Amino acid sequence: MTVHTGQRNALRRFTTPIAVVLVLGAVFAWVGTLDLDSIESRTLNAEHLLDRTREHLVLTVVSSALVAVLAIPTAVLAHRVRSRIVKAVVIGLGNIGQATPAVGVVILLAIVWRTGFTTALVSLVAYCFLPVLRNTLTGLEQVDAATREAARGMGMTPNQVLWRIELPLASPVILAGLRTALVFSVGVATIATFINAGGLGDMIVNGLKLQRFSVLLVGAVLVAAIAVLIDWAAGLVEDRVRPRGL
Amino acid sequence: MPDPTAGVGIELSDVTKRYPGQEHGAVEDFSLRVEPGELLMFVGPSGCGKTTTMKMINRIIEPTSGSITIDGEDVLSLDPNELRRHIGYVIQQIGLFPHMTIAENIATVPKLLGWSKARVADRVDELLRTVALDPGVFAHRYPKQLSGGQQQRVGVARALAADPPVMLMDEPFGATDPITRLRLQEEFRRLQADIGKTIIFVTHDFDEAVRLGDRIAVLSERSRIEQCDTPANILADPANEYVAGFIGRGAGLMRLALIPIGEVPLEAPDDSSAALGVQDSLRDALDLLVLTGGQRVNVTDESGSVAGSLTHAGISAALGAPRLPTGTAP
Ligand SMILES: Nc1ncnc2c1ncn2[C@@H]1O[C@H](COP(=O)(O)OP(=O)(O)OP(=O)(O)O)[C@@H](O)[C@H]1O
Ligand SMILES: [Mg+2]
Repeated sequence: MTVHTGQRNALRRFTTPIAVVLVLGAVFAWVGTLDLDSIESRTLNAEHLLDRTREHLVLTVVSSALVAVLAIPTAVLAHRVRSRIVKAVVIGLGNIGQATPAVGVVILLAIVWRTGFTTALVSLVAYCFLPVLRNTLTGLEQVDAATREAARGMGMTPNQVLWRIELPLASPVILAGLRTALVFSVGVATIATFINAGGLGDMIVNGLKLQRFSVLLVGAVLVAAIAVLIDWAAGLVEDRVRPRGL
Repeated sequence: MPDPTAGVGIELSDVTKRYPGQEHGAVEDFSLRVEPGELLMFVGPSGCGKTTTMKMINRIIEPTSGSITIDGEDVLSLDPNELRRHIGYVIQQIGLFPHMTIAENIATVPKLLGWSKARVADRVDELLRTVALDPGVFAHRYPKQLSGGQQQRVGVARALAADPPVMLMDEPFGATDPITRLRLQEEFRRLQADIGKTIIFVTHDFDEAVRLGDRIAVLSERSRIEQCDTPANILADPANEYVAGFIGRGAGLMRLALIPIGEVPLEAPDDSSAALGVQDSLRDALDLLVLTGGQRVNVTDESGSVAGSLTHAGISAALGAPRLPTGTAP
C-alpha cells in the first residue's frame, strides 16, 4: 500500500469520530452552563438521553437489517427472472415506498393499524427498501456479460455463478445501498415519536412544542452525530469487505 | 487404454442457429467432423458466425436444429454444466474473474470437479509455467494487474486447467500486439504438440490460421464452409474466389513458411558461412537470402555438418513454380 492511501485511510479513520466527539463535548459543555428548569432537567439527564438514543439506534439497526434481509433476496429473484416487466414492477413498488412522505405513512399506519415500535419499524423498512433493492439489482446487472459467460462456460451452475461471481462483484454497490439505507433510517426514525415509538424525535418534538431550545438542540445534534457515525462505520466496513482486485 | 485427456472427435451435423427475429440463421446447416487430436481453425470475416458455431458445442448457445456429438455422445443429451466442465473454453473477451487472483481463476474448474487442495495448487503452478508466467510473481496478482497478453495466457491456462479433451478457443490471442501474438502462437504450438487435444480455434487472422492449424475451415456469411483443408492445400489451391480473396497477398510466403528445408532437394554447398538447419522453413531461407544478398544459403543437417545449399530457384521450385534457367543448365 502506498504512503498516500495509507495517510488518507488514517485521516478518514479518525477525523470523523474526533469531530463528532468535539461537537458533542461543546454542546454538553454549553448545556452544563445553563440553569435548567424542571422540564429541561427531566429531559437533559444521562438516563433519558441514553434511553432515547438506544431506542433510536434499535429502530435504525433493526429496520436496516430487515431491509437487507428482504430487499437483497427480492432483487436477486427479480434479477433471476430476467424479465423487464418484473424488474419494472419491483422498482416501481420500491419507488412508491420512498416517494410517499414518511410522516404520512407512519401516521396512516398508526391510524389503520396501531401505534408503537412495530408500526415505526414497518414504515422505516418500506422507506429504506428501495435504495437497497435498486442498488442490488443494478450491481447484479452491471456484472460484465463476458465474466458471467466465462463462469457459465466453465460449468458453474446458476447458483454457483450467483454466489461466486455475481454477488461478490456486485457487493460494493449493494453495500453502498445498505449504507444509504442506514443513514436514511437514522433521519426517518425521528418521526417514530408521533406514534409513541420513542427515539430522539421525542426530544426534537418536545423541544419545539414546549419551546425549550436546549432540548431541541441536543436532540438534533444527537441524531446528526448518530447519522455521521453510522455512515463512518459503514464506510469502514465497506473498505474491509470490498473484494480485492476490483 | 486410451488417454482420457487426449483428444476426442467432434461431429456437427446440419447445425442451424437462428436468433429470434432474424430472417436468416446466423449459422445455417453447418456440418463438419473434427478428428481426435486435431487443431481445427475457423477463419472468416467479422460477423460470419464463428463464435456462434463454437458456442453451440458447449451449449452456451442452444442450436435451433441439428445435432452435435463429442466422442459419439449427443451434447444435447448431457447436463450442460457437467459437459462444460470437460470442455476448455477461452472466450473472445478473456473474461477473467476480476475479484479472484490468477491462481483462483485457474483453479476454477478443478475446484468445481472437487480436486484436493494440494492437487489444485500443483496444477496451478504447472499451468502458470506452461504459459510462461512465473508463479511466484503472478499467482497472487489480480487480473487488472496483468497486461492484456498476460491475461490472455491466464485465460488459456484456466481453460486447460482440468486437462479437458476438447478445447474451444475464441480468438485467444486477439488482444495482443503482433510481436506478443507471434510469441504466444509459438508457445501454443509447442504446447499442442505435447498435449494433443481436439481444439477448435477461432480467428479472423489467416496468418494465424496457417501458422497453427492442422486444418482450416474458411467460413463466409452464415457460417458457410467455403473450404476446409490443410493450410498447405488451401494456399496451393484455393477452392474459389472467396477463399483466394481471404488469403489475400502473400500466399507464396505463407506456403514457404510451412515447408521445412529438409523436404526439398538441395544443391551443392558453397564456401559462404551463412547457414540454416534442415528443420528451418523455406521462408527462413528466403529471408536469409534477401538479407545477405547472396546467391545461395548453406544448410546444415541435425548433426551440424553442411548438407547442401538452397537458391532462389530451388525455393520457387518447392512451390511448383517453373524453374528459371540458371547459369549452368542441369
Ligand atoms: N445474441 C444475438 N442476437 C442476435 N443476433 C446475434 C446474436 N449474437 C450474434 N448475432 C449475429 O449473428 C451473426 C454471427 O455472430 P458471431 O458472433 O457468431 O460472429 P463472429 O464470426 O464470431 O464475428 P467476430 O469475428 O466479430 O467475433 C452476426 O451477424 C451477429 O450480428
Ligand atoms: Mg466472434
